[in-house]
Amino acid sequence: MSAPVILEVDITRKSFAGRDGASQLVLEDLRFRLAPREIVAVVGPSGCGKTTLLRLIDGLDSDFTGRIVWHATDRPRIGTVFQEPRLLPWRTVRDNLTLVAAGREALADELLHALGLWPFRDAYPPQISLGMARRAAIARAFAIDPDLVLLDEPFVSLDPTMTERGRDVLLDAWRRRPTAALIVTHDMDDAAALADRVLLLSANPARIVAEVAIPPEQRRAGAEAAHALAQSLRQARAAEARPSGPISGSSGRR
Amino acid sequence: MARLAGSRMLPAASTVAGAMLHEAVAGPLLVNLGITLARVVASFTVAMVFGTALGIAMGAWRRLDLALDSWVTVLLNLPALVVIVLMYVWFGLNEWAAIAAVALNKLPSTAVTLREGARALDRGLAEMAQSFRMGRWARLRHVVLPQLAPYLFAAARSGLAIIWKIVLVVELLGRSNGVGFQIESYFQLFDVTGILAYTLAFILVVQAIEWVLLQPLERRANRWRR
Repeated sequence: MSAPVILEVDITRKSFAGRDGASQLVLEDLRFRLAPREIVAVVGPSGCGKTTLLRLIDGLDSDFTGRIVWHATDRPRIGTVFQEPRLLPWRTVRDNLTLVAAGREALADELLHALGLWPFRDAYPPQISLGMARRAAIARAFAIDPDLVLLDEPFVSLDPTMTERGRDVLLDAWRRRPTAALIVTHDMDDAAALADRVLLLSANPARIVAEVAIPPEQRRAGAEAAHALAQSLRQARAAEARPSGPISGSSGRR
Repeated sequence: MARLAGSRMLPAASTVAGAMLHEAVAGPLLVNLGITLARVVASFTVAMVFGTALGIAMGAWRRLDLALDSWVTVLLNLPALVVIVLMYVWFGLNEWAAIAAVALNKLPSTAVTLREGARALDRGLAEMAQSFRMGRWARLRHVVLPQLAPYLFAAARSGLAIIWKIVLVVELLGRSNGVGFQIESYFQLFDVTGILAYTLAFILVVQAIEWVLLQPLERRANRWRR
């Protein structure tokens, strides 16, 4: 049985020109598929090229070898949640949603209600907290009724309570508008709390070192279950990081 | 000073205000004021539109910036009088030459101000707009122009100030109406009261523009700031 696929990513090489003219390889042999309504988490160390991966999928950068193929749609609607909220400070919270989602005001209002942003709908972004601004950015990504949501470390620099609340908000939005989502993070807890499938990346250049499908009963099963799951994911990563070969038997973790 | 005060050389404020009212009711003050104001508006618009476009383009494209930078500097430092005389010599003593001369005096400083604004544009917001597939017009209106607003207001303020001064010189040198022309005739007669009456009228107009137009617009553009 072949599962339906919405997006096929096949990046052979992506490199940047360094300051000395030498090119630096950032991504290599990155292949994966995304099914509709599937949440995939890409976990890798900071600075390994995760943001670059999102920029390629988003079309913000098209200078790479390989291909990114959309199925079932020619002009995919992509809702991006950047690391910083990137709201227009001179437009109200509601305007920030409706500006990019013209004609979908009802959905925007529904998301504002669901994500607890309704009381702040007429506030300007500089007047609300970072946590609220992050929520608004999540609402904006879902307000365009997207084919795919891209999330770039959406909870970085929030405290643990706020992070947990942020994940709940994200799942709220997703359950309301189920869509394919790709979330890149360095935080294994994000992956454990949100994902159907986890791709573990190596550093410099980033390659997929392991792919872990999370059993259906463990998916999005609440904070405590996620905590235990994150532990086992970390162990899986550590196992992959072990040098292979005949002398590696008892060398343990790096 | 004391000998000057209240004399023909330095009339009292009440004398000037009276002369202004008299000129407005019985003389050509309102007509001249209107003509000068029309010239100010025309050259201000030309200088702001082209200066803004040039500045944004120079801020966005480094090669254009390098190619035009020295020309802008030359134009920025060219004496207003030289530009005016050259325009009159080249294009004749007509309205177009007059307006072009004034606009050319203001254009480079608008371009330089807006170039700074364009260089300071937020790349993150530009990427956001691209990612959400905002159209070209929507991007300009909702993403770019709000960021340039402080630079536009700065350019508009200093522009208005310098333009009305230069319009008067242009009128004095090559036009047969307007406030500048009128001041020249008073100069021939050493009529300081008349000169000050016209000056006062223009100061009132410029203040009105500031209060009625610029400040409300600026408040509107800045209402999102905490």
